[in-house]
Amino acid sequence: MIPSTTISNAISPSTPMQPYWAEIAKIVREAPGVSTYWLKFLDPSLVDGFRFKAGQFNMIFVPGLGEVAISISSDMEDTRLVGHTIRTIGNVTTAISHMSVGDILGVRGPFGSWWGLDECVGRDVVIAAGGIGLPPIRPVIYYILHHRREFGKVILLYGARTPNDLQFSSEYKAWQDGDIELQITVDRGDDAWQGRVGVVPILFYNTRVDPHNTVIITCGPEIMIRFVIFEALARRVPADRIYVSLERNMKCGLGSCGHCQLGPYFVCKDGPVFSFDKLQPYVNVEEF
Amino acid sequence: MADIKLSTGSTAALPKTALGEMIDRLHEMGYHVIGPQIQDNTIVYKTLDSVDELPKGYISQQDAGTYRLVYTGHQRYFDTTPGAQSWKQFFFPPQTDLATYKRDENGRWQTEEQGKDLTPLALFGVFPCDLAAIQIQDRIFLREEWKDPIYWSRRQSALIITVNCLHPCGTGFCASMGTGPKSNPGFDLNLTELEDVFLVEIGSESGRLVMEGLPVLPPSAFWLQSAQKGLDDAKTKMGRSLPHPELLPDLLLNNLEAARWDDVAQRCMSCTSCTQVCPTCFCWDTHDSASLDGNVAKRQRLWDSCFNPDYTYIVGGNTRPNTRARYRQWLTHKFGSWYPQFGTSGCVGCGRCITWCPAKIDVTVELAAIREEVQA
Repeated sequence: MIPSTTISNAISPSTPMQPYWAEIAKIVREAPGVSTYWLKFLDPSLVDGFRFKAGQFNMIFVPGLGEVAISISSDMEDTRLVGHTIRTIGNVTTAISHMSVGDILGVRGPFGSWWGLDECVGRDVVIAAGGIGLPPIRPVIYYILHHRREFGKVILLYGARTPNDLQFSSEYKAWQDGDIELQITVDRGDDAWQGRVGVVPILFYNTRVDPHNTVIITCGPEIMIRFVIFEALARRVPADRIYVSLERNMKCGLGSCGHCQLGPYFVCKDGPVFSFDKLQPYVNVEEF
Repeated sequence: MADIKLSTGSTAALPKTALGEMIDRLHEMGYHVIGPQIQDNTIVYKTLDSVDELPKGYISQQDAGTYRLVYTGHQRYFDTTPGAQSWKQFFFPPQTDLATYKRDENGRWQTEEQGKDLTPLALFGVFPCDLAAIQIQDRIFLREEWKDPIYWSRRQSALIITVNCLHPCGTGFCASMGTGPKSNPGFDLNLTELEDVFLVEIGSESGRLVMEGLPVLPPSAFWLQSAQKGLDDAKTKMGRSLPHPELLPDLLLNNLEAARWDDVAQRCMSCTSCTQVCPTCFCWDTHDSASLDGNVAKRQRLWDSCFNPDYTYIVGGNTRPNTRARYRQWLTHKFGSWYPQFGTSGCVGCGRCITWCPAKIDVTVELAAIREEVQA
């Protein structure tokens, strides 16, 4: 009898470019052009056996069209279904947007580094996210909710273009009930909007940040990230407690194809999550 | 014939007239032999059937933007330094299939990986710089966590026969990079070509097996001295030099706004030649295609280049939108960030990027200019 082998990730060391297959089990529309695709691996040992850390990504493959790097947006303590929140924007994501429950996608992963949750334990956590930058952070929110006592004050600053573009809005109440302070802003309101209008970094002005005991977690448009970091540094949060997730062109996830390089780093392997001290020499060099 | 014990680490002499027998022996042992040959007025690497196909009697003249083969009628086989091609094409092909995916009637995809050609290769006539390049690519494609299956399937069984470089090229600086003119360990056999004999250094058990049965002689002191003298002379005949490559990572990564980047950007055409001829450049892209009914999909891997405009394209922008940014990436990576990534320089000093640059851009000149600008 062949012994059953348990695998905990969808990366084969001998054929690292070959995907594992997964079925779309559920599609949840989050905002216009943004949906979460809940995938169930066909390989039984990966169902519930798949392990990832908050902040890591998978390469999602549509045969004939190619792969896209998508952060995992679901709970790392429940991997029966693995969530990928995808904005329809290019060839591959457009093809995925036309798919239905039961369709098959290729998955390789998880790849990359993760948010410094260990650093967060015993500290306040300020999360600053913009637009599609929230999904890579949602696993952090779930982890904090499950282990709330391990953390100090937890604040989520989130912004989107319009009220319609706010993702995961049905969950906000649960997050607040779980003692996460939520501050939301939009670039443009509509007639019904009674909340704030403005960019995410401005939300820092309503937020008390204890520089000795706070971890910053940020993901979103690069311009937003720059200003979030500016505000955090201005409040004397040390650079090694500011975590940033970067976006680059990625083709392999292995640090092999070269595309995602940033100085000494392969963003797919050494990132996408970096503590800001590692990026400081390079972030202000234009076009590097 | 004198009796001589062949073992790993030992050196034997092989009469020049027996070089053909060595090639025949490789064929008998089942190797697919690849060697340097003249084609299109340059040296290419392709299937070597016989000793007569080697570029005997030729020399090569190289300078920035120039490569010429000249027939002088001498009696040496390995006086022509490499052309644009390197050996990386055999382990890391320019274009190769990753897999074909077929969708069955249940909508499930079946993966058919490309069949691997398992015939072992014998790379015959590898110059020391190019052995060093293979060893650098080993670090890129053979990791602790994973092995590239295409690279590994060809690399693991390959036999490498190097030739010490007694007539270095006009654009090379292997002596500066520590990769030549004498071959570093890692070869199976290492030849030094003298007038009448080859000295053959045995680097492995596979190499020793090749030598068994060949009409070898004990190496005379005269031959050993001639070889040493040839190598000492070769060091002084390098066309280029690059002092202190180990200082380049700091120099480059601390001077990302040097004026020289603007200067070189005016001359560089972003043509990708340097990256295609470079024996260590490893960037690759995927290419996907599908049958009209969408049920058969193919994935290919192709060489890419950091000079290609879409190399850094993501939706919403291009992080390196111009030639200045792209040239800076290439040079800072090759001579700088390669060290933290792979524990070595990315350059072996082969000089190909200088020879084959249509704009005659010379990395040794560019690096010296940045050094000078910073020190000024």
